[in-house]
Amino acid sequence: MTDSLTLQHLPMAAGNPPSGLPGLGLPRLLPGSGTVPVDLRAHLAEHGPLRPAGGRNGLLHEVAAAGLTGRGGAAFPVARKLAAAAQARPAPVVAGNGAEGEPASSKDRSLLWISPHLVLDGLQLAAVAAGSRSAVLYVPRSERLHGRLAGAIAERAAAGMDAASVELVTAPDRFLAGEESALVSRLAGGPALPAYRPVRGLPRLAPGRTALVQNVETLAHLALIARYGATWFREAGTEAEPGTMLTTPHLADGRISVTEVPLGASVAGLLGLDGIQGPAEAGTAGPWVPSAFGPVQAVLVGGYHGAWLPAAAAAALPLANAALRPLGAAVGAGVLAALPADRCGLAETARVARYLALESAGQCGPCFNGLPRIAAAVAHLAGPRPDPRARADLERWAGLVAGRGACHHPDGSVRFIRSALRVFAAEAGLHEQGRCSGTDPRPFLPVPTGSPATEEDWT
Amino acid sequence: MEKRLRVDPVACAGHGACAELLPELITLDEWGYPIVADQPVPHGLQREARRAVAGCPALALALARVA
Repeated sequence: MTDSLTLQHLPMAAGNPPSGLPGLGLPRLLPGSGTVPVDLRAHLAEHGPLRPAGGRNGLLHEVAAAGLTGRGGAAFPVARKLAAAAQARPAPVVAGNGAEGEPASSKDRSLLWISPHLVLDGLQLAAVAAGSRSAVLYVPRSERLHGRLAGAIAERAAAGMDAASVELVTAPDRFLAGEESALVSRLAGGPALPAYRPVRGLPRLAPGRTALVQNVETLAHLALIARYGATWFREAGTEAEPGTMLTTPHLADGRISVTEVPLGASVAGLLGLDGIQGPAEAGTAGPWVPSAFGPVQAVLVGGYHGAWLPAAAAAALPLANAALRPLGAAVGAGVLAALPADRCGLAETARVARYLALESAGQCGPCFNGLPRIAAAVAHLAGPRPDPRARADLERWAGLVAGRGACHHPDGSVRFIRSALRVFAAEAGLHEQGRCSGTDPRPFLPVPTGSPATEEDWT
Repeated sequence: MEKRLRVDPVACAGHGACAELLPELITLDEWGYPIVADQPVPHGLQREARRAVAGCPALALALARVA
């Protein structure tokens, strides 16, 4: 699972609780060193048994005081979801979402592999909040991971520590597999396709039966809040966005790691950016910023539904929605990619745009028709001397797909592509003259090869 | 209490009947899928709106009450 990854822990004084306050320092979710899975004995030795004081109401109160938000990307307040689940009759089905369909993100897989008991603790707590006796853990198709998790579930069953039974459900290897309504459709026995949900609130699994879906990292934070409390949780992060989050930084030298940082940590620190803007040299498309891992021209924040930012702008930002949202970006699920200065940002965007078009579920007309045309236009703009009409077509199609799908796939894809047109405007100018600043043609952002395209691929 | 037209984008198959029955509020994009005006259905068009809802072969159009 984590063979190709480095687990990085940056020294962050702000994350350590002051003396006298019980609790953990950083990192909270993953062990301080090594990538050896934490078994039940080690887990209990570190954190002790799970005994939420005050029962369901105490838990809801503590989570609300902690200000925990969903770590799957949407940053929805967890307390509000749990409160809705507590009110729902019959009790909702509880699901831990570890699908992580985003190819650039590895944090959920790493967490499930290394600290499965934190996630399973959190799943039990979610079941307590929902008043449910059964729960589901939705994870990518991987024999190794399934074996590991089945073992962890069995360890807990043997110890008789869980009130709710836990079933493993396989997520198909698709970008949208973890979209909440797609997960719910899968749990209901159908394909993992997004559904149209005109009504707000908990998603409906079947007539009269709702589901409580939380990202697996969110569940792990829940397990720690139940033990160490809201005050401890708030020792890291900002007032508005408390706690830590797992991120997947892609460094300019191509290395990918999983790192836990407090919300509000510096983007420059995560990517080794120097913060001093380099010169716009002749032949290059724009200014770049030196980093410990090579010069960087732009940073992708928030993954393939996220946004590109110029490297100099990104280097000055904290990893917090309060700072990112005004720039059209968001923390998302913590993907940060430092695009090296020697790559063509348009070519990178075109590859990902094609992938996103292929990953449309094909259910909604505007997305099904629009995304492939948009992707083709981006590919055209990434080539030499593009037809100027391609840009106008792209803008028109982008306007036609945004906001018109059952899920946010068209919106997120358009956000990503529009940000590329802004940030790589100088590069687009070079392409109009038949030039390109990219000198290294190797792909930088990960895109799975051979996208599946049959019905079975959604199950 | 106002009423708004809502399209279920999954159910919609682009028949285009809605745009024929209610051109005042619904146009079609270049692929034949409806673009609904972002406004409440005016009182004078409620009958036509109900006809468009009833006339959708895919049952994808709905008239929703919005508080």
